[in-house]
Amino acid sequence: MKREPAIEGWYTLDEDQPHLIGSRCVSCGTYAFPRERYFCRNPDCESTQFEDVRLSRVGRIWSYTNACYQPPEPYVSPDPFEPFAIAAVELEKERMIVLGQVVRGVGVEQLSVGMPMELVLETLYVQGDTEKVIWKWRPLGAGATGQTGERPAGGTP
Amino acid sequence: MSGEVAVLGVGMHPWGKWGRNFVEYGVHAAREAIKDAGVRWRDIQFVSGAATVRCGYPGYVAGATFAQALGWQGAEVNTSYAACASGSQALAAARAKILSGACDVALVIGSDTTPKGFLAPAKGYRPDDPDWVRFHLGITNPTYFALYARRRMALYGATEHDFAAIKVKNSEHGASNPYARYRKKFTIEEVLNSAMVADPLRLYHICATSDGAAALVISSLDYARRLGVRNPVRIAAISTVTPRFASGEVEMPDIATDSAVAAETHSFRSSLAPKAYEEAGIGPEDLSLAEVYDLATSMELDWYEYLGLCKPGEAEDLLRSGATRIGGRIPVNPSGGLACFGEAVPAQALAQVCELVWQLRGQAGQRQVEGAKVGITANQGLFGHGSCVIVVK
Repeated sequence: MKREPAIEGWYTLDEDQPHLIGSRCVSCGTYAFPRERYFCRNPDCESTQFEDVRLSRVGRIWSYTNACYQPPEPYVSPDPFEPFAIAAVELEKERMIVLGQVVRGVGVEQLSVGMPMELVLETLYVQGDTEKVIWKWRPLGAGATGQTGERPAGGTP
Repeated sequence: MSGEVAVLGVGMHPWGKWGRNFVEYGVHAAREAIKDAGVRWRDIQFVSGAATVRCGYPGYVAGATFAQALGWQGAEVNTSYAACASGSQALAAARAKILSGACDVALVIGSDTTPKGFLAPAKGYRPDDPDWVRFHLGITNPTYFALYARRRMALYGATEHDFAAIKVKNSEHGASNPYARYRKKFTIEEVLNSAMVADPLRLYHICATSDGAAALVISSLDYARRLGVRNPVRIAAISTVTPRFASGEVEMPDIATDSAVAAETHSFRSSLAPKAYEEAGIGPEDLSLAEVYDLATSMELDWYEYLGLCKPGEAEDLLRSGATRIGGRIPVNPSGGLACFGEAVPAQALAQVCELVWQLRGQAGQRQVEGAKVGITANQGLFGHGSCVIVVK
């Protein structure tokens, strides 16, 4: 099966150590995800110049939850729907919080506020012969190095 | 802005899932408000409609739609869209028109028809729209409510029982409200046995989406006097401030917060009330009651703190003390809140103000807060919109 990003250009497709691609203002240093292209969000900064940066791929859980009911479109659900966990992860260097699904096989009972998480790629949905991949959060150390995110992450280190 | 406006009349269409056009509900509420005010439709000089862009609404422009349905009579017209704060912004537009002297009396209307289930954005592949992105990832509105709830549990020791106790309290408040959609009194067990939606929030912790409409007739104090209205209930403040960079909490519909490397973090929802208090020249100690946005019951706890009813981390104690029940020191959501209404987006912020008006007039029946003199609303939704309105007698 082919692997393609579910959202084009938002993350690297490096299977071992994927990163979200953010922007950094060349004037005030403010990061943004998704990338800022036109105007800095800092009200005291008039910059229009940004560089693409790979955001930290490890952070700590700010909060977490799950989706027990099938979300509406444009979510593309497997049939039958499988509940999944969601984490809001705080990146220390960028001083920002990024949401994402938690990898398959890890439920809320295995998560806690402050827990270290790392970014991985996993299939969001399958379209024809193509797997559409998305960034997800996984408990740090829960997967073997080089894991593609294809296999269930297992959950416990 | 300085100066107050009088609330001459309020009206609502009962909340429910009626499956009819929103215009019908809006006109019903408007006619109730006009009748309550003791004016005629032809007296209204400005019609301010609250709008939404979803569900049964695309293509409609609220203010003109209502003005035409009531019968074109030449009034000036305005439409405000500000997500969940649309009603407050429509009210603010009418107040500004009156305080500037450009008109004496105005009608404000919000109404909605909603689908079953989750509210959702337009389809297609539209990654430039943050609302599209988060739904593509399966992140719905309850996701955000649940993130705040879980954070409260970790930081302040809130429990699922607390979240259920708010549903029980508000369902007791709303049981006698003729405009509420849900008038059943819930027990803790019923709430805790309902289906999990977004852990730790269950079905009965989260508000539904509803059809409904609310309307107000407001005027200058001079106009009220000429009409012979003594001591009208007055609007003393409206706050519709935006967030301040760097906004430190995940806010619908964003997938990430601002980065705080170049600025301090701020809490959006805690910035709404201070501006209203300053404008009205009062503080939280002056309040008789509050109507707050319990999109999930857990968020009522956040609002206790954001309104200054208690210090951060003390909301659970305030709830458990019974202070926020009718009969307590500072009743919250005597109408029953969103727990009993469900959300009708452009109408909801106005419905909150209508409840304060009935309470301050002493017309709230079994849910009356004794001696109510000052009330505040709190409301918040997508895209950095929120509001607080202060009503005084």
